Amino acid sequence: MSMVPEVGTTDTVAVAATTVTEVPVGRKIEGRSPWRLAYERLRADRAAKIAFGTIILIVLLAVFAPLFASAVGHGPNQQFIDIGENANGGPVPPSGTFWFGTDSNGRDLFIRVLYGAQISLVVGVLATGISVALGVLFGLTAGYLGGIVDSIIARMIDVMLSIPFLLLAISIAYISHPSEWLVILIVGVLSFTYLARIVRGQVISLKAKEYVEAARALGAGPWRIMFIDLLPNVMAQVIVYASLLIPLAIVSEASLSFLSVGVPPPTADWGAMIADSSSYFQYGYWWYLFFPALALLITTLAFNIFGDSVRDAFDPRGGGLFV
Amino acid sequence: MTRFLIRRIAQAILVLWVSSVAVFLLFFVGPGPSQVARTFAGRLATPQRIAQIKHDLHLDQPLYLQYWHWIWSALHGDLGFSYYHGQSVDTVLAQAAPVTISLVLGAAVIWISYGVITGIISAVWSRSLMDRSLTAAALFFYSMPTFVLGLALIWILAYKLSPVTTFFPFHGYVAITKNPGQWFEYLILPWLTLALVTSATYTRLTRGSMLDTMGEDYIRTARSKGMPERRVIVQHGLRASLTPVVTQAGLDIGTALGGAIITEQLFGLPGLGWTSVQAITNQDLPVIMGIVMLAATFVVVANLIVDVLYAVLDPRVRY
Repeated sequence: MSMVPEVGTTDTVAVAATTVTEVPVGRKIEGRSPWRLAYERLRADRAAKIAFGTIILIVLLAVFAPLFASAVGHGPNQQFIDIGENANGGPVPPSGTFWFGTDSNGRDLFIRVLYGAQISLVVGVLATGISVALGVLFGLTAGYLGGIVDSIIARMIDVMLSIPFLLLAISIAYISHPSEWLVILIVGVLSFTYLARIVRGQVISLKAKEYVEAARALGAGPWRIMFIDLLPNVMAQVIVYASLLIPLAIVSEASLSFLSVGVPPPTADWGAMIADSSSYFQYGYWWYLFFPALALLITTLAFNIFGDSVRDAFDPRGGGLFV
Repeated sequence: MTRFLIRRIAQAILVLWVSSVAVFLLFFVGPGPSQVARTFAGRLATPQRIAQIKHDLHLDQPLYLQYWHWIWSALHGDLGFSYYHGQSVDTVLAQAAPVTISLVLGAAVIWISYGVITGIISAVWSRSLMDRSLTAAALFFYSMPTFVLGLALIWILAYKLSPVTTFFPFHGYVAITKNPGQWFEYLILPWLTLALVTSATYTRLTRGSMLDTMGEDYIRTARSKGMPERRVIVQHGLRASLTPVVTQAGLDIGTALGGAIITEQLFGLPGLGWTSVQAITNQDLPVIMGIVMLAATFVVVANLIVDVLYAVLDPRVRY
């Protein structure tokens, strides 16, 4: 243990700690669960608030994208060959009609960026859901059952980690029929490994505890012990890692689209838009690259900052993935 | 230690073997041999021609026999013949590997030195304005997808500043043996791209590990002996803090050597990543198998080295 406890904590947590401990006079002193403590720390974190606000805004923009589209009168896949393209058939710059300009097919980039948020968020969240489910399942079984099951799962994870993620993802995407669901499945299934290892480690240390022994003495079977007794105790770790997994899933999805094995066209997708723009932006069509890239960057940044704060809130001592 | 090594090597071989079976099945069950032959034959080929190609490429044999042929020659150092390049897979890999190695090792020098230096600065002056800006920069680059950063660098350095910076070619590769100067020029932007997105992890890893170490009792002892702060940081603090950095670097370099697919695609570098994407699009099975096996070997060997290094660096680790 370190002798200087302040050193390992970040600013935000230090601020959070002081605000949390200031109990107003006359207020009843009550016990607070770790969840509540984490929630209070998170609420006191200014960076987390801004990031969370940004995420909410992105979600709202994605959900109400059709409303924007009908308000502006431009569909996401509608081509404006007359006003949306210049004399050479290239994109037109941002204007009152096209706020973010148009793309190489004369489509409204603003509306397409909004629709792109839908894909990113849906893939990010659902793929993370798959990773979490698989990670928890494999981590719990490997950690609790141990022995041969543990060895088999460990080698399986080794194999998955030994083949480069993108190489495997492109291979699977290429030989299957491209669709949004395929992308969700690929990103989700291929990224459960790290979480499984974390859960496994936690379970190995937890299964020696008295309450697990008590459950076993009462006649609880392995599944009951794993999911009723052990799972709630690794949940904090799972949530922390899941919140950091969402931005990774969003980047993976965009990368697959950038390599043109992601969600098939004409669906509006940030990675695909950036890929399309890469043969245009050099010739002065900067907006074509700029707006989708900015949208992607803001989204991953917001999720990363928020995920970081979630981690700090659950584990104020620091360490782990990030400081 | 010997027993540990033998067990780890046995595991590594098992992992490589399972990977080879998995990828083989993935491609043979996936598109199927007829599809591979059809892609190879082209759109206007007759059924007879497709059957002929299938026979020539041994795609009409039973699966286990095909796999057996592959692994038997692979163990003899022959990874087969590329369907498209008119060359053996060994030659294809030998051409692509130096490109990826140049890219990854050069970038690794940048990302490790940048990450460790900024990490130390952040830890020593923790909570200063400097620390905040460096940590924010790390988070920024960590959140940045590789292709966004690469395109941004191309846009800013190669186009916007083009009258000032005429020395940023951004597409293609020149071998170091041909022209070291040009090799360097062509790799600056790819190096920067790969290094910046990777370095963020190192900044934060070094900072965290350094802060932990600087709180240890032996650091206090060193300080109370009157040792100059500079020496305390470099000799006692840094040395102990670098173990996790070495681990991370080993794994990252191992993974990247299998092909930095996006960076290579972006800058037109004909390395392993670029070649693998070409091979997947062409369903050039022998090349895909060769690259996957090479990449998996890099990862498995890197893991092995890291495990051994760990035991050497940290005397507390015992197997």
